[in-house]
Amino acid sequence: MNLDQLNDMYIDVLREIGNIGTGNATTAISNMLNLKMDMGVPKVELMPVEKLGEAIGSEEQIVVGIMLGVEADIDGSMMFIMDMKSAHKMVNLLMMRDPDDEKEFDEMDLSALREVGNIIAGSYLSAISTLTNLVISPTVPSVSIDMAAAILSVPAVQFGLMSDRALMIKTAIGGDGSIDGYFILMPDEESFAKILTSLGISI
Amino acid sequence: MGQMIKVGMADLKVCKEPDSLTTIGLGSCVGIALYDPVTKVTGLAHIMLPDSKAIRNNSNIAKFADTGIEELVKQMVKAGASKTRLVAKIAGGAKMFALSGSAASAINIGEQNAAASKKKLKELGIRLIAEDCGLNYGRTVELYSETGKYLIKAVGKPVKEI
Repeated sequence: MNLDQLNDMYIDVLREIGNIGTGNATTAISNMLNLKMDMGVPKVELMPVEKLGEAIGSEEQIVVGIMLGVEADIDGSMMFIMDMKSAHKMVNLLMMRDPDDEKEFDEMDLSALREVGNIIAGSYLSAISTLTNLVISPTVPSVSIDMAAAILSVPAVQFGLMSDRALMIKTAIGGDGSIDGYFILMPDEESFAKILTSLGISI
Repeated sequence: MGQMIKVGMADLKVCKEPDSLTTIGLGSCVGIALYDPVTKVTGLAHIMLPDSKAIRNNSNIAKFADTGIEELVKQMVKAGASKTRLVAKIAGGAKMFALSGSAASAINIGEQNAAASKKKLKELGIRLIAEDCGLNYGRTVELYSETGKYLIKAVGKPVKEI
């Protein structure tokens, strides 16, 4: 199995994985923050690793990236990326501060962001785990605030170790212009095959 | 002022006076700037991984420190640079995320990238005159052919010149 064999059916299945995972995670954030949130249609993209830096728009845009490793039956990584405005809004809601406060994040705020990462990754992955019967566990999340290209270079390097291309399942979320972000799940090649097989698709 | 030419990820470019080179958002990647002060032939490589020999899929030579630097030198010499006059400056090799578990090894790649770049430069006899590597933030770099000036921009930090 390799990424050259990626066909429309596989893409549909992966898109559905993104749908279920993001649906669950969006509900979790929505409940936690008491905000109405919408999600877009997931996109499954196979792109050259060199292009990953541009995957969510401008390379120089400053974003908040919450990253976790994915372990056990499948390997890979997961990222939740928000623009600065959304991250401030989210932290302010959690910390019960003025929603328009844009002070620099302190250690407590970063810890809150990591916790958000925990909750959304947990809900995203447990939905996929239930669907596929695979054991999927997230590692402790890490937060980085930087240029989009620098943040996305991290998964690019991980993919670069194995291949020239990266497979990502990307879903945009947003709600009343409040929190805009992306969920990105990036399974490695073997795990991608495992996900498909677990759903009874012969490859 | 010449043109500012963009170097992508896993990419390398050579230019001459008055043009300049830039690459955006170096995370764990390393930006290797080479410069011939006499002919002002200038080159920049944005490498992602330390070693082409450790990887099965290594068709893009600009992706690796070892093959990338070699190719950059080759192209610069072709453009009129003298290999013995080349000097190097490097930036990047940060650790963007502090992760644990199996993902962690790939995360420390920044340090390995910087070390592999220095090793290759030494092997080729190219003098490393300045560096700005490591820590935990992304860097955008600009390399000017008139002076060999290497500007490093990072979020929330003053512009640094090396």
